[in-house]
Amino acid sequence: MPTDRLSIDWTACAGRGHCIELLPELLTEDPWGYPLPRNGGAGRGVAVPAGLAGPARRAAASCPRLALHLQRS
Amino acid sequence: MTAVPVTPQMPQMPQSAVNLAAVNPAAAATATAESPDRRLLSAATGDLPGHLARFGELPRRGRPGDLVTELERAGLTGRGGAAFPAWRKVSAVGQGRRAVVIGNAAEGEPASAKDATLLAHAPHLVLDGLQLAADAVGAREVHLSVKSRAAADAAVRALAERRAANRDRHQVRVHRTPGGFLSGEASAVVAAVEGRPAVPGFTREHLSSSGVRGRPTLVQNVETLAHVALIARYGADWFRRAGTAEQPGTFLATISGAVRRPGVVEAGYGVPLGALLDRAGGPSAPLQAVLIGGYHGAWLPAEAVPEAPVSREGLAPWGASPGAGVVIALPTTACGLDLTARIVNYLAGQSAGQCAPCRNGLPLIADRLGMLAAGTGDPGVVGAVDRLTDLVEGRGVCHHPDGTVRLIRSALRTFADDVTAHLAGFCLATR
Repeated sequence: MPTDRLSIDWTACAGRGHCIELLPELLTEDPWGYPLPRNGGAGRGVAVPAGLAGPARRAAASCPRLALHLQRS
Repeated sequence: MTAVPVTPQMPQMPQSAVNLAAVNPAAAATATAESPDRRLLSAATGDLPGHLARFGELPRRGRPGDLVTELERAGLTGRGGAAFPAWRKVSAVGQGRRAVVIGNAAEGEPASAKDATLLAHAPHLVLDGLQLAADAVGAREVHLSVKSRAAADAAVRALAERRAANRDRHQVRVHRTPGGFLSGEASAVVAAVEGRPAVPGFTREHLSSSGVRGRPTLVQNVETLAHVALIARYGADWFRRAGTAEQPGTFLATISGAVRRPGVVEAGYGVPLGALLDRAGGPSAPLQAVLIGGYHGAWLPAEAVPEAPVSREGLAPWGASPGAGVVIALPTTACGLDLTARIVNYLAGQSAGQCAPCRNGLPLIADRLGMLAAGTGDPGVVGAVDRLTDLVEGRGVCHHPDGTVRLIRSALRTFADDVTAHLAGFCLATR
């Protein structure tokens, strides 16, 4: 079964925090207010469990900086 | 075997530390018995007649796929640092979509001079490899990105010779790169070719499917291309006569620090690190450790140095890898924590500033390491470094934070006794 991965374009992310609010199960805040994956592994993107596919899509769609990308791998 | 003197550009070193910029101008060509024949640095002259006399003509070109097959059999890995299989990269770009090929000599690593040296000594090997790669992917556009002015001049002269002899199917455009630490990263090289600032970018797709102006792009280190030119001539079996089964062939190393003849040398992968240092005249002082793989590399303690095999597999037990062949020898009289702190301070300044964790985190880490090195850190300073390195790792569009973290962790491991000493207010090396 394919897994969705959230990848962050760090060059675009400005730490607005929408994704942290919409996906608290996967993301928390670093000391500077930027998204920090709870389980590490940000290098290849954050694996999205099937149950969170909806919120992940909404988080990607609502990023004001268009920095969040949902990719099927 | 030729040892070519170089002057690596290093961040400013403390008086007590190793004089990394010191070179012996008398260190000229030094032949050694184990010199592998007809390898990268074996030509007497770099001009076209000298090149052809030494290496012979390129064989008639077969079908494009033949080169990929031969590269796979040869087991050639990328010499820019990541050691990615060259055949995979070439075949990923594939044929038919107006591909772009870029020869990469941006060489952002300050302690590396091997790409500039190779282009100055054997530009035609690189240019042969560039033509072969361009044929293999059916390129419409071919570029050569070079940091060093002398190397770029050598490439331009060599291209003029080839034009006069009507040898090349693909025209090559030479670009000078700005030379920041990250300017050699593949997406930064692509950006520079497009006329944008030479900094890494976010890539949703691999460059092999979307690089220069969205076209499939092959970015290959110039040393890798020179090996391609040799493999096309002499074949995979010949190539495998040097190196290890896992990592075949020779590689170029830039050796600096506490050695008698700093410079660029060529050796087979798997060479014991002690023997590699001997190619640079051997240690000029008792060694404490050796940094291998450059500023994103890792430290090996002195006791490991003589026998450690310089290959990915051989160095894995120390969390190290040959990278782009940068080797820096640290004498017992210099402080490894101090040198690491200075390098990290430089690396923090080289962040492109695009990604918040790198932009915010690296200066803080450099600051804490500086306190540790100066002996002014409180007992919590090591824990703070650990937390900050965990925080930046994997959180950037390029591997700058990850490589910096690798260097720091290896320093804290290798110089663990000195960490304890520094926290108590003294230094094992310089007391």
